[in-house]
Amino acid sequence: MNAQGDSSVSRLSISGMSCAGCVATVENALREVPGVTAASVNFAEHTAEVTGQVGTEQLVEAVREAGYDAAELRGLADESQKEAAEFAHYRTLLRKAAVAGAVGLPLFLLGISGYMPSLDTGLGRVFWLIVGAATLFVLIYSGGHFFTGAWKSFRNHNANMDTLIALGTGSAWVYSMAVTLFPAIVPSLARHAYFEAAAIIIALINFGSALEMRARGKTSEAIKRLIGLQPKTARVIRDGQELDVPIERVGFDETLRVRPGEKIPVDGSVIEGHSNVDESMLTGEPIPVPKQTGDEVAAGTLNKTGSFLFKATRIGHDTALARIIDLVRTAQNAKPAIGRLADKISAVFVPIVLIVAVLTVLAWFNFGPEPRVSYMLVTAMTVLIIACPCALGLATPISIMVGVGKAAEYGVLIRNGEALQQARRLTTVVLDKTGTVTKGQPTVTARVPVGDWNEDELLRMAASIETGSEHPLAEAIVAAARETEVSLSPVAGFAAIAGHGVEGRVDDRTVLFGNQKLMNDRGIGLGALTERAAELAADGHTPMYLAVDGAIAGVVAVADPIKDDSRSAIERLHDAGLNVVMLTGDNRATAEAVARQVGIDEVMAEVLPGQKADKVAALQARGAIVGMVGDGINDAPALARADVGYAIGTGTDVAIESADVTLMRGSLHGVADAIGISRATVRNIKQNLFGAFVYNTLGIPVAAGVLFPFIGLLLNPIIAGAAMAMSSVTVVSNANRLRFYKSAHTS
Amino acid sequence: MSAWAVNLAGMAAIAAIVWWFWLSRPNARRLTGAGPIEVLVDNGVYTPGRIETPAGQPVTLRFVRKDASPCAEKVVFDSLGVSVDLPVDEPRDITLTPPAAGEYEFTCQMRMYRGALVAR
Repeated sequence: MNAQGDSSVSRLSISGMSCAGCVATVENALREVPGVTAASVNFAEHTAEVTGQVGTEQLVEAVREAGYDAAELRGLADESQKEAAEFAHYRTLLRKAAVAGAVGLPLFLLGISGYMPSLDTGLGRVFWLIVGAATLFVLIYSGGHFFTGAWKSFRNHNANMDTLIALGTGSAWVYSMAVTLFPAIVPSLARHAYFEAAAIIIALINFGSALEMRARGKTSEAIKRLIGLQPKTARVIRDGQELDVPIERVGFDETLRVRPGEKIPVDGSVIEGHSNVDESMLTGEPIPVPKQTGDEVAAGTLNKTGSFLFKATRIGHDTALARIIDLVRTAQNAKPAIGRLADKISAVFVPIVLIVAVLTVLAWFNFGPEPRVSYMLVTAMTVLIIACPCALGLATPISIMVGVGKAAEYGVLIRNGEALQQARRLTTVVLDKTGTVTKGQPTVTARVPVGDWNEDELLRMAASIETGSEHPLAEAIVAAARETEVSLSPVAGFAAIAGHGVEGRVDDRTVLFGNQKLMNDRGIGLGALTERAAELAADGHTPMYLAVDGAIAGVVAVADPIKDDSRSAIERLHDAGLNVVMLTGDNRATAEAVARQVGIDEVMAEVLPGQKADKVAALQARGAIVGMVGDGINDAPALARADVGYAIGTGTDVAIESADVTLMRGSLHGVADAIGISRATVRNIKQNLFGAFVYNTLGIPVAAGVLFPFIGLLLNPIIAGAAMAMSSVTVVSNANRLRFYKSAHTS
Repeated sequence: MSAWAVNLAGMAAIAAIVWWFWLSRPNARRLTGAGPIEVLVDNGVYTPGRIETPAGQPVTLRFVRKDASPCAEKVVFDSLGVSVDLPVDEPRDITLTPPAAGEYEFTCQMRMYRGALVAR
C-alpha cells in the first residue's frame, strides 16, 4: 500500500554501491519497474531520483532484488497538513451553523413570545414567504452538503445520516411552504409553518459536527506525539565537516553526530563515543540506557549525557519510530468483535428509521387527534432528526483509537482488537521466568568442587564446554571464567541435550554438564552434592553438575537476579483478579524460590522449550483464559497458543509479530498496564455502545409520540436536533476520557 | 383523501424503501485494463460504489478523498482486515486480492459511506 500521485518524483538512498557499474545496475533495475519514466543514480551521494507513476515500495523492492538496499528519503509526514484541513473544515461548519442560527433563532424567539404573524392574513403570508426564502438559503448554504450527500447516497441505493437530516428538514420546509402558499389545503388548526425548526436543526447539527471534530482532534494525540519525536534536522559529517541537513536528506551509512540534550534523528549504530540515552518516549522505560560503540540507537530518543558519532542504518519510514507509528495506526483501525453488533445495526439503521417515520405518519393519520396533518409532520420529522446512526458507528472505533494511543504512551503496542477484548476475560497470566520475572542476565554465584577439583579448575572445565552453547546460563559461566582469567580449552564433539545440559570433549576428557536428571540418566553418582545443590536451588540459584570422565567433579550455581519491580507488578496482576503462573525450564526448587520471592501462585518448572505451548493449552483445558508473557522469539509458539500473547522487553525492536501485544519496556508493569488499558478501553466501548443503543431505542419511540396517549408528551423537533447533535459529541468525549488513564505504577 | 389511499401510499413507501435499499443493487463498475481504479470519496458516497473484479487476482483501488468531514477519514475493508487512513486530496492506493468470489464491503468507520468490491 502506498501513496502515489499521477507522476511524482521519489528520492531514494541506496546502500551497497561500490563502483560505477553498480550505478548502471541500480538505474536499470529502477527503469524496469512498470510506471517508471526516468531514473538517475548519483554515485557520490548514493541517492536515486525516480520519476513516474509508481509506488516507492516497488522501487525499493526492485533495488533490493538487484542486490542493493534502498529506502525512501523522506521524513515522517507530519500531521500539520491534516490539522490545517481539519481546522478549515471546523471553521466552515461553525460559519454554516452561525448563518443558520442567525435565521432560525430570531424566528424561534418570535414564536415562543407569541408575536408570529398568522398564515390566515395576507400580510402574514408575505412575512412567511420571506422567511421561507431565507430558510431556503439556509438549507442551500448551511445544509446543502446534507442534501447532496443524501441524493448521491440514494442513487447508490444507500442511506446515511445525510438522508435523515435532508428528509427531516426538507419535509419541514416543503410542508411550511405549501401551507404558506395554499393555506386552504390543511385545516385551520394545522396552518403552521416550521421554517425555524428546519433552520435551527441545520444550525445545531453543523455546530455538533464542529464540536465533534474538535473532540476528535484529541483522539489522535498519541500519533501526533510520536510524530513530533523526530527532529527536523540532523548533524551529518560529510567530507570531514559537520553539516545541519533536513532529516529527509540523511542517507544510509552516513555518519551523524549527536550532542547531549539532542534527539537522535535516525536509527543507527554507535561508532564512537558513549552516552546514556533516554528511550522512555518509545519504550516507557524510565531509566536511560547506556550506549557505547556497537550499540543501536533509535530515532526520536533523547541523548542525555555524552556526545557520540553513529552510522545511519535505518532512515525515513524504516526507523523503529516510523514502524511504531505504523503499528499504532494499524491497531487504531482494528475492531474487536464487541463492535460487530453495532456494525450490523448501523448497516440497516437508516432504512429502518425511514420505515419507522412512515409508520409514525400512518399511526398519527389513523389514530391521532386533530390537527392530524401537523402531528404527522412533526412526529415524522422528529423521528428522522433524533435518530443518530453516527453515535452507534463511532462508539467502538473512537475508543479503540484513544485506548491504543494511550497504550503506546506506556510502551505497549496492541496489535489487534481481539487482544483488547480478550484482556477483559483473562483469568490467568503465565510468565516465562528468564528475562521476564528475572533480569535474564545470570551470573555465577557458587562453585562447589568435590574430590581433587578446585574452584577455578571446575569453572574452567564448565566454561570450556559451554563456549559452544547459546544458553543464557552458559554465557554467565563463560563470562565468570573470563573474569577469573582462567584459560579455556577448545571443545570437541559438542552436543546440546535440550532442556538438560551439554556434553563434549575438553582436553581429551569426556565432559558432561547439566542438571540432576542428566546425571541420573547417565548413571553418575552425585553423593552428598545433591544436598548442597538442593540448598542452592531453594535460594533461587540454578545448580549445574559437572562430570568428567564419568565421575562427578562439582556443582556450578548460577542465579538470575529478579527484576526490581517484578514483585509490585505481580501484586498489580493479583489486584486485577488474575492467577499468576510461572513457566520455566529451570529446576523446580529454583523456580519455586523465585516464585516465593515475587508472590507467584503456581509454578510449572522443568518445562522443555517445545512444551511451553502445551502447558498453556493445558491451562486452557482447565478453563483458564490465558495471557502468556514471554520473549517474542523463543516463546513464540506459547504466545501464539495463549488467548493473548504479550512479548516483553523488546526495546525498540518491534519487528516481532508473534505476539498480540508487544511491550517495549522490560518491566512486568507493562503487562499490568496493557491489561489495565485494554480493560478500560473495552469498558469505554461498552459505555458508548450502551449510550448509543439506549439513546436511539428510547429517543426514536418518544419522537414518534408513544408517550403522547399517556402523558401528552411530544418532542419538539428542535430538541431532537440538539439531542442528535450532542450524541456524537458525547461518544467522542467519553472516549477522550481514556486519555486520562493513569497507570497504578509510577516509576 | 380517503384513508385507504393514505394507508396504501404509506405501505407502498415502506415497500419501496425495502426494495431500494436492501433488495436491489446498483450496477457495478467492471474493472477493465491495467492501472488502479479511482474511487472518489465525497458527499457521503464512494463513486463508483460497486466495483466488479475477478476473484483471486490483485486489484488496486485509488481512493481520492475530497470530503473534509472526519467521517470520510478512513476506509475499512472489514472482511479483508484492511483499514487505511485517507488524507484529504492525497490519493491512496490500496491493493487487495479478494480470496474468493463474493461481495467485499468497504465502508467508513461509521459505516455510513458504503461500497462493495464484487469478486466474480
